[in-house]
Amino acid sequence: MKLPIIAAAALCAAPALADTPVLTVYTYDSFVADWGPGPQIEAAFEETCNCDLKFVGAGDGAALLSRLQLEGSRSEADIVLGLDTNLTAAARETGLFADHGISADFDLPVAWDDPTFLPYDWGYFAFVYDKTRLETPPASFTDLIAAPDDLKVVIQDPRSSTPGLGLMLWVKAAYGADAADIWAGLAPHVLTVTKGWSESYGLFLDGEADMVLSYTTSPAYHLIAEEDDTKAAAAFAEGHYMQIEVAGRLAASDQPELADAFLRFMLSDAFQAVIPTTNWMYPAVTPAGGLPGGFDTLITPDRALIYSAQEAAQIRDAALAEWRDGLSR
Amino acid sequence: MARRAQPLGAALPLGLAAGALVLALSLGTLGAVAWRAEGGTGLSPADWAAIRFSLLQAVLSAGLSCLLAIPVARALARRRFPGRGLLITLLGAPLILPVIVGVLGLLAVFGRNGMLSAVLDPFGLGPVNIYGLHGVVLAHVFFNLPMATRLILQGWLAIPSERFRLAAALGFGPGDVARRLERPMLREVLPGAFLVTFLICITSFAVVLTLGGGPRATTVELAIYHAFRFEFDLGRAALLSLVQFGLCAAAALLALGAALPTGFSGGLDRPLARWDADSSVLRLQDAAVLSLAAGFLMVPLMLVVVRGLPGLADLPPAVWQAAGRSVAVALASAVLCVGLALPIALAATRLGGARGAALQGTGMLAIAASPLVMGTGLFILLFPVANPVALALPVTALVNAAMSLPFALRALTPAVAEAARSHGRLADSLGLRGLARLRLVTLPRLRRPLGFVLGLAAALSMGDLGVIALFADPDQATLPLQLYALMGAYRMEQAAGAALLLLVLSLGLFWIFDRGGRVNAAL
Repeated sequence: MKLPIIAAAALCAAPALADTPVLTVYTYDSFVADWGPGPQIEAAFEETCNCDLKFVGAGDGAALLSRLQLEGSRSEADIVLGLDTNLTAAARETGLFADHGISADFDLPVAWDDPTFLPYDWGYFAFVYDKTRLETPPASFTDLIAAPDDLKVVIQDPRSSTPGLGLMLWVKAAYGADAADIWAGLAPHVLTVTKGWSESYGLFLDGEADMVLSYTTSPAYHLIAEEDDTKAAAAFAEGHYMQIEVAGRLAASDQPELADAFLRFMLSDAFQAVIPTTNWMYPAVTPAGGLPGGFDTLITPDRALIYSAQEAAQIRDAALAEWRDGLSR
Repeated sequence: MARRAQPLGAALPLGLAAGALVLALSLGTLGAVAWRAEGGTGLSPADWAAIRFSLLQAVLSAGLSCLLAIPVARALARRRFPGRGLLITLLGAPLILPVIVGVLGLLAVFGRNGMLSAVLDPFGLGPVNIYGLHGVVLAHVFFNLPMATRLILQGWLAIPSERFRLAAALGFGPGDVARRLERPMLREVLPGAFLVTFLICITSFAVVLTLGGGPRATTVELAIYHAFRFEFDLGRAALLSLVQFGLCAAAALLALGAALPTGFSGGLDRPLARWDADSSVLRLQDAAVLSLAAGFLMVPLMLVVVRGLPGLADLPPAVWQAAGRSVAVALASAVLCVGLALPIALAATRLGGARGAALQGTGMLAIAASPLVMGTGLFILLFPVANPVALALPVTALVNAAMSLPFALRALTPAVAEAARSHGRLADSLGLRGLARLRLVTLPRLRRPLGFVLGLAAALSMGDLGVIALFADPDQATLPLQLYALMGAYRMEQAAGAALLLLVLSLGLFWIFDRGGRVNAAL
């Protein structure tokens, strides 16, 4: 408790520091954690910008947007980093964001032409399993439905979790009008539905469920950080739904040049090279050094599924009703 | 007699002020959210399903908790054995346990990969399926059985020992004691205990619902969260919050209406002896009840300890800093809670009647409040005048204090009333009033509940994730928030270590205060 007080005292005693411009970036909590990308990115950007980069953590992606909606144009934020394409339609509707005016060569499986939001990383949703416990994982949703009832998966609620929303849209994108039947078929295999990803993944690691909804990149964490090669993602024949994480500049920012410089920096190697082993996602622009060793062992889906921000916002409520009714049947 | 039996003094304005603060925190914040809402939709069929599920699981959970608590409390009340004090403290553990830690412990016992499944496996049975309504109820009984036991035990201990002496002199057997002394006491205590457990269970949030097995296991509180998060529909969040207040108020009216005062007169605080329960059958019965309860409550906790030990060694510094912040918030919250509860209890007792009950009811409002609505409302109210993030820790301490207040009032008000009933007239005739009366008459009789309340408020605050999650920057993370951050970053082993730390700190705080309150007491 003492350190912040000393730091605050030091700040007051050194008025020269007050002249350094401050760039405030709202992001999700895990981005700013000690083990997240935040600390390395802050150090790298501050070397070049002659400014103070201040990350403010605000829960997760959806909480980030709510926070911004509560604060409105009086928000201190210059940049919001950590929304995904399922949230950008609502974010755009707030009218708080300005266009970025930046073009880049993205390494995304899909084309990117959003004038307001810039992607910084992406990943595929997938069911992760333990190779020592499950020898032949299902190779599609229909496989999973046909599996014996004691094959259990744990998933997240689309209303409270980003991956949960991703799964809901995945089934919708793959099966369209039949989505409700798919959910009804999956219901016996769904051990439980958790509020967030952490609870699900914890249940899976504790051996409660055979598979957990996560990302194709999750096994890379176990491989690289824990030298554990027993986890793998099941490749599904229907293709895999994508998550693309984006950042945007606020129109009311009092540091528009700095904000612009940060967005450009975001697509440079110094930022992108940090992403794979801290955020455990694919970088939006592959850095010159390529991907870290271990990423080559991950499955690469043949088909990338994703709704545009507009479509995702339109079908969300209907897809949710199908999800709920199907699982409650 | 025209003169009031007891002078009102400074307690009344202080009690009213504390009540007003709680009112502002609970309904005021709800108003702020409603005011900020743009339009908003009514209740959907899914919301109605959430209301039905909330009621169903809360009635089942509270009923079962109280039913099981009666034999446990009776056994604790009439037995003296070495380690009894320790057992009572440990039995309190699940209540003050951070929910996530408790659920992990329960899964280690009752999960598909848990102890019970492993025991059944050789017999070709299992795995145990804990996921579903029964899982939610099981978890709620785990968390609330100790609270119900504690509240009912206090009722037992409030029967003056002279009564049992008299019963023994009259040759009462266990049946007579039950009819003449224990049943009237239960009539007074049970509705309150049921109400408190019901209110805790009806506002239950997502972690327990992890055991619910699907979208059907959605409570009103979770629906409020969805309204905020998924639709950013402040109007619906406020409406659902109002529904929750309505359900809680209805339950409170029913429970308070069912409570009957016992009218035991004062005693001399002599040590309790129970000649009526001296048979070996009853002794065996009590031993079995206590062993079962201790096993049910302790085994999951022991597994949390066992799983946490490996991770404890390499916890990152951020976790220790978070632990320090959590302890500071918990202590502040405990002091604030007593600062609110004592004036309300004193004022409510002195006001008496409907007005006293109304004041006490106001103090209880916080339990029906949604921490999400409260947090968002405070954010809306604070944002124009101050940076809510900078105030995250003080706000958390205050909100946590308000959240513990209902428990504090449940424990304090009967003791205050009892002190007034038994010693009020004597104090009046001696002309004792104001602080001297508080110090010499009331506080000595409140020592035990006060220690309990301080410990409870500190421990509940320690494990709380509610409001801080809305406000805090990771730089200000509390221990539960940090625990989630570790889980969210695949670091499950460190998270287990942090869970153990949280358990030790919560229990430690509770033990220190509760012990302090029981110095020289026979409990």
